Amino acid sequence: MRRLAGEAVAGALMTLPAGIAYLLLLLLPTLATVLLAFTDYELGATALGWIGLDNFREMLADRGFGVSVRNTLVYVGLVTPISILGGLGLALLVEAGAKGRAFFRAVFFLPVVSLTVAMAAAWQYLLHPTIGPVNAALRAMGLGTPFWLSSSDTVLLSLAAIGVWESIGFNMVLFMAGLTAIPRELYAAAEVDGARGGFDRFRLVTWPLLGPTTLFVLTISMIRSLRVFDTVAVLTQGGPNKASEVLLFTMYQQGFTYLRLGYSAAITLVFLAVVLALMWVQTQVLDKRVHYA
Amino acid sequence: MAGITISGVVRQFGATPVLRGVSLTVEPGEFVALVGPSGCGKTTLMRIIAGIETADAGEIVIGDRPVTRLRPAERDIAMVFQSYALYPHLTVRENIAVPLAMRRLSAPERMPLLGRLLPGARAKRAAIDEEVVRAAAPLGLEALLDRRPGQLSGGQRQRVALARAVVRRPAAFLMDEPLSNLDAALRVQTRREIVDIHRAAGVATLYVTHDQAEALTMADKVAVMMGGELLQVASPEAIYADPADLRVAGFIGSPRINTLAAEADAAGRVTVAGLPAGLRTEARGALTLALRPEALRPAPAGLPAVPEHLEFLGDGLLLHARHAPDGTPLIARLAPEAREGLQPGAALKLGFAPGRALLFGADGRRVASRADAALVPA
Repeated sequence: MRRLAGEAVAGALMTLPAGIAYLLLLLLPTLATVLLAFTDYELGATALGWIGLDNFREMLADRGFGVSVRNTLVYVGLVTPISILGGLGLALLVEAGAKGRAFFRAVFFLPVVSLTVAMAAAWQYLLHPTIGPVNAALRAMGLGTPFWLSSSDTVLLSLAAIGVWESIGFNMVLFMAGLTAIPRELYAAAEVDGARGGFDRFRLVTWPLLGPTTLFVLTISMIRSLRVFDTVAVLTQGGPNKASEVLLFTMYQQGFTYLRLGYSAAITLVFLAVVLALMWVQTQVLDKRVHYA
Repeated sequence: MAGITISGVVRQFGATPVLRGVSLTVEPGEFVALVGPSGCGKTTLMRIIAGIETADAGEIVIGDRPVTRLRPAERDIAMVFQSYALYPHLTVRENIAVPLAMRRLSAPERMPLLGRLLPGARAKRAAIDEEVVRAAAPLGLEALLDRRPGQLSGGQRQRVALARAVVRRPAAFLMDEPLSNLDAALRVQTRREIVDIHRAAGVATLYVTHDQAEALTMADKVAVMMGGELLQVASPEAIYADPADLRVAGFIGSPRINTLAAEADAAGRVTVAGLPAGLRTEARGALTLALRPEALRPAPAGLPAVPEHLEFLGDGLLLHARHAPDGTPLIARLAPEAREGLQPGAALKLGFAPGRALLFGADGRRVASRADAALVPA
């Protein structure tokens, strides 16, 4: 009995450093955010008042916030499916090739390891309306030359394209790992059982067995694209005319430009709720369909 | 009825030859076991017959059709894999139905949900389901039809793999070590079931195994493969009693066959360590004399031996001894009563009937021998 108690004390002591770090770095800031969301605190202010749900009421009434939510959803709706299907397609192509697997993996993975802020400058040049190579190419083909990042019609599309470029290689690497985990024997069995072409094999073996990988890639891609911020902050500042205003940029602006930390915290809470809801749906609904054991 | 004919199949991986010109015939309705140590090329040969791998040279005929250049799906064969290779996301019912669905349903009809609405798909699916149940019933799978492979034991998965193979009534069965992942008791039971399935289907079957007991008990014909070559193809009885090659003699039989260095003099008289062995042969020079453990028994005349220890097997005894002149280990299988009169360390003689002695030349090939009437084993 005494030994058990001693063990419990020793165990508690040993988890203490990690526990303190968790408390200081995660739990307390989250708690502070939750509390701040119900106040009118402004950065540098000496006092704050409890205003209940006023911040959330303001959010609902704020047209700018509504635009920001809509833009974020459009961005996620574009980047997530394209980067997943594109990543899967690239993974299948690279895996099927006899040579250059490592080369292509490195090439497509490069955007993931490079710094987005620095790459954004490169994109700014590429998409420049007059001196950018993209428009130069379009001009050469006799096509129209849009103002990619400075027109409210195309800015979200341009940002989404950059978002796809950023995450397609990451998804490809995840899918390649998933592909190598599929037993070769299953493909042999599928051939003997009558699968004639690549599509039959994909339907019967590859796609179902990639289920767990796809779920993981879907989760990661959604979170990554929901968190879009760097490209917006560097390239468009939410403009023109709020056409590229996204959730995290609105939060940043309210908190650190207008110093309204209370309102900013409320936006953060909404963002957290959206992420948690998505995760919950994915684990509850999809998890049951992709793990077979 | 269809059989399998393989002629001159060659396969190399890089510079390493895996199959060096293998020819083998499985008659219609015959059960042939392809046995050999791991790495001898037997699985590669089976995968080439199935069309999963390609041969560098050689022809394969299934039934009357040359299939060497056909895809696996067009060869009309079914295969049971060592790992079972069941589709983990499909139920037992769906797994067994795959070979039928892939052949009878068009691509749109195989689509989930929508495919069921197409005209004719419902009737086809009902027919398939009926055949699935008919294939599953004899294997005791009816109660498991709606489970997934992950919820089944190894033996049950094995049965599902067998049902998936028989459901389509193919021209030939190929089985790649299907029992090697089962425990010993289950293996003996499933052995019987596979033989029954083969009888009921009456289809040419090639069964790959490294387990000589499986090969001897199940097959009509055993093909022993080593180093990418077929050493001997014969009935289980002939493989055991009349091996054509020293490597076949050594691989088949447990405990292993006893081998002794022997010599034939100018007159063809065989001696072991200078003592006459009571055999005559046409060969000359260095030979190997091989004797099954059950061919040896204590006798007034024979090979001088020193017993080391006895193993009691219930229905018999194994006497482990050493050949006195050169220390070669010898094993004799004796009746349990033979225990009396055996003392460890006390030298004795192990005799054998000349008809049970097997002689092999320096190249490992069998050489004929007969009893030497002039000499009685000393």
